[in-house]
Amino acid sequence: MDVREIRKDFPLFQNYPDIAYLDNAATTQRTESVLLAEKKFYEEANANPLRGLYELSQKATDAYENARETVRKFIGAKSTEEIVFTRNSTESLNLIAYSYGALLQEGDEIVISVLEHHSNLIPWQQLAKKKGLKLKWIEIDENGAITEEAFRKTLSEKTKLVSLTLISNVLGTLNDVKRFAQIAHEIGAVFVCDGAQGVPHIPVNVSDLDVDFLVFSGHKMLGPMGIGVLYGKKELFEKMPPFLYGGEMIEYVGKEDATWAELPHKFEAGTVNGAGAAGLEAAIKYYEKIGFENIVKREEELGELAFRTMSEIPHVTILGAKDAASHHGIFSFMVDGVHPHDIAEILSADGVCVRAGHHCAQVLMKELQVNSTARVSIAFYNTEEEIARLGESLRSVRRRMGHAE
Amino acid sequence: MQNSFYREIINDHNLYPAHKHELGCSGCEHRGINPSCGDDITLKLQIEDGVIKDGAYIGDGCAISQASADIMLDLIIGKSKEEAIRLTDIFLRMIKGEATEEEIEELEEAGALTDVSHMPARVKCAVLAWHTLEQLLHEQEGET
Repeated sequence: MDVREIRKDFPLFQNYPDIAYLDNAATTQRTESVLLAEKKFYEEANANPLRGLYELSQKATDAYENARETVRKFIGAKSTEEIVFTRNSTESLNLIAYSYGALLQEGDEIVISVLEHHSNLIPWQQLAKKKGLKLKWIEIDENGAITEEAFRKTLSEKTKLVSLTLISNVLGTLNDVKRFAQIAHEIGAVFVCDGAQGVPHIPVNVSDLDVDFLVFSGHKMLGPMGIGVLYGKKELFEKMPPFLYGGEMIEYVGKEDATWAELPHKFEAGTVNGAGAAGLEAAIKYYEKIGFENIVKREEELGELAFRTMSEIPHVTILGAKDAASHHGIFSFMVDGVHPHDIAEILSADGVCVRAGHHCAQVLMKELQVNSTARVSIAFYNTEEEIARLGESLRSVRRRMGHAE
Repeated sequence: MQNSFYREIINDHNLYPAHKHELGCSGCEHRGINPSCGDDITLKLQIEDGVIKDGAYIGDGCAISQASADIMLDLIIGKSKEEAIRLTDIFLRMIKGEATEEEIEELEEAGALTDVSHMPARVKCAVLAWHTLEQLLHEQEGET
């Protein structure tokens, strides 16, 4: 992989040649092909998808539905009826909590882990409150991992739904989702996989993992903001009531009642994000062009380098696993005596972009006994030079904050 | 905060605060929190006859939030409540970029935080102590 060539595909890097963008877990940059796909949709196929009978509307529908087929293939789903477009992972999870949640009964149990992002936490917490369900928490070990023992301990015969992240957005931990889904199924619970952080960085096949639901966002994998995906098994989608009511999700409408459109349209009320879907399709095509195995390999190499570089700096502590490979390109860290916001500000002055804060994971922050962390997160288009710049800047942080070295 | 002179003032108050300690007083404290970033301070003031006789804070947060609290206490200890409110108003306007040079001079070292007006992400850190002060003084108004 020639990273110099790859970076030419990203207009933002042409516009900002001097920044080191290391906040890819928040959102990635976009390729020109993604931006062009959105533009092309509006310039060459713009009508309201799924509605008009004229040719242009058919073009819009085709662009939108072709994108759905590309997503289906990308994650190995059986049918496009199982692919619903949403705004993002958060909306996808809310859809499940609202719609599948309607099928749950008082006293049922929902299981999540302390690793979860707020988007895979608050929908369940509030659903539990509203419906009298019990929310149970899987604890992590000292490396930030969920052991099979910890997982099993949290389950009971009342467990009806388990929702777990594939990769933690704070510690980079990869959960053995395939195994956990299997165990959940043994007791008759459905398994939701939050792929927001995982799908962009490791190949995911829903048929192989046998998860019941998978959610992910376009914008964390080179795609546009405002387009996300909800995969769900058809037999579950069929049982679930709609999430939002309105246009294009209906079959027949009378004054007293209505019937719902076929899948997946039942869950896509209102005018859809056609250009966003086209952009996401272009992002997936870019992954295919580069080759997912090359992306994984490159991110492993860069992760290894970042881990080594950061570990060698005095007073820097990386949270979570003690080996680079377990981090999947995500390194939350602390600098002794310096608040994470001050770290991020100093790095920013050197053109190095990292995140600081609680990373929408306040429960995990409490678990780790910190208020916030700074976080480096890597994508395949990052360079060795950028990691070196990170190291150099990070080395100067304590001095610049008035500490002795 | 890349102006190195200002940076030094902030670092100094952050690392060697004069007023970060416990203070015995009852019903004279107020807690201020920035939930999104975790800055957390508890401000305590001893007020006698409308004058701030002593003050202290405890808490945890970024350098700007902590230094701002320390600098604020430097400025307001020994002043009347009205004067403290007037200076707080100047400080908050400075952060919005609306205070005059002369006004900023009145703030003494707190003027070092003027750069924050160009740093939207740090505004909440800088104003936390001052908002907490406002709320504490308002609360006491209510009681007397």
